[in-house]
Amino acid sequence: MSTLEGSLSILKNPAILVYIFKGVAFTIIISLVAVGIGLVLGSILALVRNYCSKEKILLKWLATAYIEVFRNTPLLLWIFICLVFCPIPEALSKRMFGLTSVEVKLLFKGATALTLFTSSVIAEIVRGGLNSVDHGQFEAGHSQGFNTIQIMLYIVLPQAYRNIIPTLLSQVITTIKDSSYLANIAVIELMSRVKTLLSAANRYNGTGSVNVSDVFVLFGFAAIIYFIINFALSFLVRGNSNVKTKQYCHPRERNTTGGVPYEL
Amino acid sequence: MEGLFSIAAWEKVWIYRSTFLLGLYNTGRMALLALLLSLLLGMLFGLMATGGKKYLQGISRVYVELIQNTPLILQLCFLYYALAFSGKSLGIIVTGTISLGIYHGAYVSEVIRAGIGSISKGQFEAADSQGFNYVEKMYYVILPQSIKIILPPMVNQVVNLIKNTSCLYIIGGADLISLTYSFVTGATTGGAYAPAYLVSGLLFFVVCFPLSTLAGMWEDSLKKRDRRAAGGQKAIS
Repeated sequence: MSTLEGSLSILKNPAILVYIFKGVAFTIIISLVAVGIGLVLGSILALVRNYCSKEKILLKWLATAYIEVFRNTPLLLWIFICLVFCPIPEALSKRMFGLTSVEVKLLFKGATALTLFTSSVIAEIVRGGLNSVDHGQFEAGHSQGFNTIQIMLYIVLPQAYRNIIPTLLSQVITTIKDSSYLANIAVIELMSRVKTLLSAANRYNGTGSVNVSDVFVLFGFAAIIYFIINFALSFLVRGNSNVKTKQYCHPRERNTTGGVPYEL
Repeated sequence: MEGLFSIAAWEKVWIYRSTFLLGLYNTGRMALLALLLSLLLGMLFGLMATGGKKYLQGISRVYVELIQNTPLILQLCFLYYALAFSGKSLGIIVTGTISLGIYHGAYVSEVIRAGIGSISKGQFEAADSQGFNYVEKMYYVILPQSIKIILPPMVNQVVNLIKNTSCLYIIGGADLISLTYSFVTGATTGGAYAPAYLVSGLLFFVVCFPLSTLAGMWEDSLKKRDRRAAGGQKAIS
């Protein structure tokens, strides 16, 4: 039996496939949770950074400091910091979702780090959206007797969110890719599961040792999964932004960023 | 958190300060070499994407999509283990530099593509009509105009590149974060978590913050000028 056939036979083992796809599920869940909570936190941070002034200037400084500190330090640093300093609620230190209590704790700490990090990036995205809302909208709201909170909730935020949908979607892609950093502390997501499988490949591929073909098959398989998820999402981004530019944007405005979904 | 105020822990960090400096040096060196590689690749594939030849565009598209849609850690592990198990290991730092360069090359190529794409078609035609060949056209006419659109996102890429050197940890890296982690978990040096993380975070912040602020301000001023120009056009028409 050639080594390549041995490596491919790893993927024919149903138990291993289930193991990998559970990892995929956790990757997606962690990323969605991070983006979801990050959107709430990020919106608050962005509003505070943009609109708190005078007597609430301290809040503004705090939000600015949070955003800049998280944006200018690596995610891995925050993962390591959460590993040591993140408090765990009592309710979570037990077995659940078919994981041991240690795995649940690691999952919680890793997800916390990813959420904190993502919220700072999303705050800047939301801020971009808020800045794109015309100032006349505020004045119109005030003239209709709305107070500031109502203006934010009913007039400004809906428009800001509509403007940033493509950027937010590409942030989901970035977060899915960033979640692979959690493999460093052995959280149970796709990347770390594939890495675990590689180190145990000699038991499954029938040749008794880890071969180079195992690397290609296992990491290749993971790459295909990541690619399918992210490519589908980026397809969504592109469709969305094409519709948007046709509907709302002045053609010249596209030139400044050129529509590049560069990582923030 | 109490470790943050313990004098003994800070002393430990001070005694082993060479660890952090070595990490910073490794991170900086890798980032610099990877930046050069990514500029090279980005220029090549960015020009291929805007050159007008369908098959070159296809190649560039495949490269960008493949690299941008898979995690850097996966690419790094792939390269490292594929080389290691076929007995041709290049060492951690070289492998890291190569995969960082390839990863960010895809982003740089997109930035350059967008920059060149933003130049109006008339400029290309004017250059052609004056008898410039491809290299002259790019060098004298197109790139000088697109550089101001290319630079702000490029600076952002440099910040990301510096932060992404931390992914070397997974293959047993030699960058700042990996060395910090092995410092705080080491048998003789361990325990000084808070000061060590603070120091290495601060080192990253000091390098990245000025760059990302510069990029942000630059982008804002470009946007403002663009809006003014658009407003001016509207007023004329």
